[in-house]
Formats: sequence, C-alpha cells, structure tokens
Amino acid sequence: MFNPDIVKPENLVYKRTDVLTKAVMHYCPGCGHGTTHRIVAEVIEEMGIQDKAICIAPVGCSVLAYNYFEVDSLGAAHGRAPALATAIQRLFPDHHTFTYQGDGDLAAIGTAETIHACNRGENIVIIFINNGIYGMTGGQMAPTTLIGMKTATSPYGRTVELNGYPLQITELLAELPGTYYVTRQSVHTAAAVRKTKRAIRQAFENQKNKKGTSFVEVVSNCNSGWKMTAPKANEWMVENMFVKYPIGDIKVDGEKVK
Amino acid sequence: MAIKGEVVIDKERCKGCGVCVVACPNKVLALAKNVNGKGYNYSEAVIDDCIGCASCAMVCPDGVITVYKTKL
Amino acid sequence: MAKELKLMKGNEAIAEAAIRSGCDGYFGYPITPQSEVMEYLMAEKPWERTGMVVLQAESETSSINMVYGGAGVGKKVMTSSSSPGISLMQEGLTYLAGAELPAIIANVVRGGPGLGTIQPSQADYFQATKGGGHGDYQLFVLAPATVQEMYDFVFLGWEIAFKYRNPVMILSDGAIGQVMEKLYVGDYVPRWTDEELKKNAPWASYGKPANREHHIITSLELDSAKQEEHNHKLQAKYREMEEKEVRFETIDCEDADYIFVAYGSSARIAQKAIQLGREKGIKVGLLRPITLFPFPKKPIAEFSKKVKGILTVEMSAGQMVEDVRLAAEFRCPVEHFGRYGGIIHTPHEVLEALEEKIIKAK
Repeated sequence: MFNPDIVKPENLVYKRTDVLTKAVMHYCPGCGHGTTHRIVAEVIEEMGIQDKAICIAPVGCSVLAYNYFEVDSLGAAHGRAPALATAIQRLFPDHHTFTYQGDGDLAAIGTAETIHACNRGENIVIIFINNGIYGMTGGQMAPTTLIGMKTATSPYGRTVELNGYPLQITELLAELPGTYYVTRQSVHTAAAVRKTKRAIRQAFENQKNKKGTSFVEVVSNCNSGWKMTAPKANEWMVENMFVKYPIGDIKVDGEKVK
Repeated sequence: MAIKGEVVIDKERCKGCGVCVVACPNKVLALAKNVNGKGYNYSEAVIDDCIGCASCAMVCPDGVITVYKTKL
Repeated sequence: MAKELKLMKGNEAIAEAAIRSGCDGYFGYPITPQSEVMEYLMAEKPWERTGMVVLQAESETSSINMVYGGAGVGKKVMTSSSSPGISLMQEGLTYLAGAELPAIIANVVRGGPGLGTIQPSQADYFQATKGGGHGDYQLFVLAPATVQEMYDFVFLGWEIAFKYRNPVMILSDGAIGQVMEKLYVGDYVPRWTDEELKKNAPWASYGKPANREHHIITSLELDSAKQEEHNHKLQAKYREMEEKEVRFETIDCEDADYIFVAYGSSARIAQKAIQLGREKGIKVGLLRPITLFPFPKKPIAEFSKKVKGILTVEMSAGQMVEDVRLAAEFRCPVEHFGRYGGIIHTPHEVLEALEEKIIKAK
C-alpha cells in the first residue's frame, strides 16, 4: 500500500502540529478531547501565538491537558479556571489565555466563576467539552446529563424529580452581555472538526481584537462512560445529545443568532 | 490524471478507536487483526483508493495520521 | 529613602503598601472588617498610578483563584479578607502552597466560629499556622501589631514570598485593620517589567518562548513517589524558614520573672499590662512573635529556663499557647488568657490573669 513516490514533504497534506507535545494522551480511544486538543493547538500554531498562549487546565478528564499543549500552562482547582484566566488576561492583556473545561468543571462546581467571567466580558477563550458525564471519576451524572441517561450516580436513568433538568449553560451564557461569541460545535466527523476549528480560530481572533469572552462548546462523546465503542458513541451523540444541545452558533459578534 | 493520496499511520500511538475507519469516504482504512505494543488493533490502509482528503486525520483524536497527496 | 508621614487605617495602609510595593494585581471580595482595603484601592485608581490591576471578584473562592492565576504567571498579586472569607479561600491556599506560588493574603481576623461577629479576634491562629487547607503545608505568617507594620509587612511579604515561592499571610485583626495611626510611607518600588519578571520568577508560566520547554504550574502529581519527593522539598523549605526567618521582639525581658507571649493587638495590650505590673512590683516582660510561622521556638525555650512562668495573651480560647507549651517543654508553667468572640481584653484583665494563673497558682 505504501507508496514512497507520494510520501514526500512536498506532498504533505496534514501532519500533527508541534504545538502538541510528543506525549501520548491518556484519553480513552476515540475521545473527543484529543481531537479538540489537536485543533486548538493547530489554531495556536496557525496564528503564531504560541509564545503568548496560556492554557488553563481544569479538573476532570482533561486535568492533564497541560502535558499535551506545548504552551505555558496552569492547572486550576476544580471549576476555577475562569478565575485564573481572568487574572492572567488582565495582567497580560496581549496574551491569549484560554481555559479548557469539561461539563462538571464548568457547569457544576465552576458555575459561578464561569458566569461571572463571561458577564464581566473577560477577554478570554473558553473551550467547553460537554459529554454529559463525569469521565475521570468513573462516569457519574453531570449537570448536562440527559433525562433518562444512565450514569454511575443515576443508575436507573436521570429523572427530573430527583435530579432536575440538564443545564443548557451555553444558551444561558449567550444571554450575558459580556459574551461576544458563543457557539456549539462537535468533532465527530471531518466536516464537524473543520467547522469547530474555524470556531476556535474565530474565538482566538476575537481575543486578539479584545472583543470580550468567546465561548466554544464542543459536544463530545464519552465512549467509556456511555459504555459504547467510539463510532457507536458518536452515533448516539448525534441522535441524543444533539437534540438537547443543538449544533450551531448561538451568538456572533455580540448578537444572538436568530 | 488522478489524485492519489497516502496515509502514514503511527501505529504504536494508534489506540484503535476506529473513528478514522468511519470517516474515510473510500473505505481505505480498517482496524488490523494484529495489535500494537499497547494491545490495540491499530488502523491501517487496506486498499489503494486513498485520495488524500485527510478526513481520517481530521477526526483522529491522537493525531497519529499523516496525509500526503499528489497528482499522478 | 524619602519618608512621608500619613494618618491611616490599618486596612488602608495595606492598600497603599500594595500600590507602593510594585504589586501587579489585587483581587478581593468585600467583608467586614477589611473592606477598606479594596475601597481604598478602587478610590485610588492604582491602574493610573502604577498600572496595578484591581478587581472585585464574585467570591473569595474566585479572588484567591485569581491570585493563583496571577501568581502562576509570575506577577506580584495579593488579596485580603476576614475570617469567613479566609475559610472559603482555603482551597486556593493549599493549591498555592502545593504549586509553590508566591502571593500575599491579608487576614483581618474577626470573631468566629461560623459567621461569628465583626469584632476583632485572634482565633484564626490555628488555621493560619497549621495549614488550614488539606495536605502538609505551611503559610509564612506575619503578625503586624501596628498600622506601620501593616504597611511594612506587604513589602517584606513580597521578599519572603518570592524568595521561598510560598504564600505569605499577614495575620492581623479587626482592631489593627480599623484603627487609625500615623505611619511613614516610603518611595515607590516600581512594578516589574516583563524582563524583570522573567528574571525574578523564571519558573512562571508567562508565555513560552521558542527556546525553552513549556512551564506547567500545578499541584498535581499522580506518581506517589514523586509526590512524596515534592513533599520532602516543601518540608525542607519550611525547615529553612524556621532556621532563617524567625522574627520576634522582646520588651522588658532582661530582668523579667514572668513573660507574656502575645502577638498583634494582644501584644499592645500586654505592653500596658507590663507597665501596670511593674508599678505593682511584678517584673514582667513581653515576647512578641512577629512571625507566627516560623514560630520563635528557640527564644521561648530560652526564656522557659529563666522565668517563673509564661502567660500567653490571645483573643482566642487558647491557640498559640500550644506552640508556647511545646517550646517551653514543661520547664516553667505556661498558661493562657484571652477574651474571645470579638471581645478585646483589657490590660487589667491581663495582669490579673498573670497573678491568678501563674503567680498565685505556684
């Protein structure tokens, strides 16, 4: 199969970016975290902002994100990433501080930090991975877990009576005047990845232009937590997660998308 | 003239998740019967129809796929 | 150095010291009795005076994590609060200590437990000096007794914090925070330039240049062997502080039969009690710890060999007394006296306690 006539530098179409470290990511096979890391790193490379990028890693599956981004990084306490980012971006206004957070980190324990950073319009980029579950701790219910979804702490399926409703925090944040760009994307197909990468690029460009908070939700899979193969998890995500968390821009250039 | 692509897969870093297999429009990729050092059935090209679209590389969470393309 | 005489509240002195000491950022949340710190800063607009950032956070949890962020990128950042707020900050404090980040945290202590009261107290001694949050760690704890020291210890705090890469707590109380006194303020220390930051905090995550590995600020280490090694390093640092950084003051101790050990406001009250005691022929002196961690164990141990008894005076049910007893090792009686819950003891009460608990009890 291997054709040495094609495999030449001048024919290169795609290669892994050097803004990712050489470390093998600890994520489960097929996890959207890896894909999202990759495209965030690609955007940093393409914009030439590696020396100004500061990654704030959360607590959760992506707690070790700082091992994978070849940029200066800080590991935050659970949910506090937007507080760190607020301070850093204010102290280094020309830097590119971004947080990378999961649904438990951002939409449960870090709700206050998230809402207030967005409401102040901090000039930061927030990358929010929503897979409706706590992956790292073993698949417990998250604020974004769907009704009926079985998790380790909702073993008979989430019910409204016991657990209330899935939190659409992205729509909520879009209501705040401080957010300039709010979008929800996914990374399960090549087309979706390209779109999400454009969204992430837009977010960092907004930051460069000091527009306020840019918030990119990536609806993602958790094949281990959902107990499915990666391709199956992606199908399930399209059929179920996308219903509650529809893909698309929610707020662009400070205006809600009609 | 035909567009001809080629993928180079770092099979030791591949976790065999199979999302690239689904993503390939020409069904070039499949998971190998053999496993790599970590015990994963890694992804490999099984037919010669790659067009270098890089869809596989786009969806690969671990960035193990390098893609080349030329016109023959 | 040009000195300028001012009249200020202790809380305002901390704020003015922040501006003059080259602080890059203050992140706070209002709480009585320390709200004047941020009020003063917001009124002074230090962003115009020195470029310093001041931000009111949504909670103490957030403000201490803003401090963590700022400290992690090598900036001189600080916060202040009072007891309930400091309790809420414990998460951030243990992360700061674990990640070895320099910062200043001022605690203007009020009575507790719980929401407690807004009056002065010294009941946060355990919390400040024994860790406070989870894990084996120490804050460096400075205990000002005057408005001048509220000011001076901000400058000293930066030195210690960056020298040891450790959070520094200025542990005062509602009385020192609120009292107005004269103080001398000195010249401005300019904020660090980016180049100075890189020189003074070379470990920080200020943005990766092409010629070095990326920096990671974290307290996480999943490999237990490495985590233990990291703990060894922290412990070695704390021992070095105990070796080199103990600060204390003695008053009228040369001929003393008895000594008070007291810090902060209580030390000032004890000073008056010394005078009252000596008027009655009781030879009593004062040892005032200025650093509560590292604690002046050695001088207390020395005194315990010479004096007939030690009375600690604290606005608490007796916290520092434990450290004094450990230092005295039963060589002489060590008792505690203190009012608490927001009550400040009087010099007469203190002298009476010395007579009752130490002199007559013998």
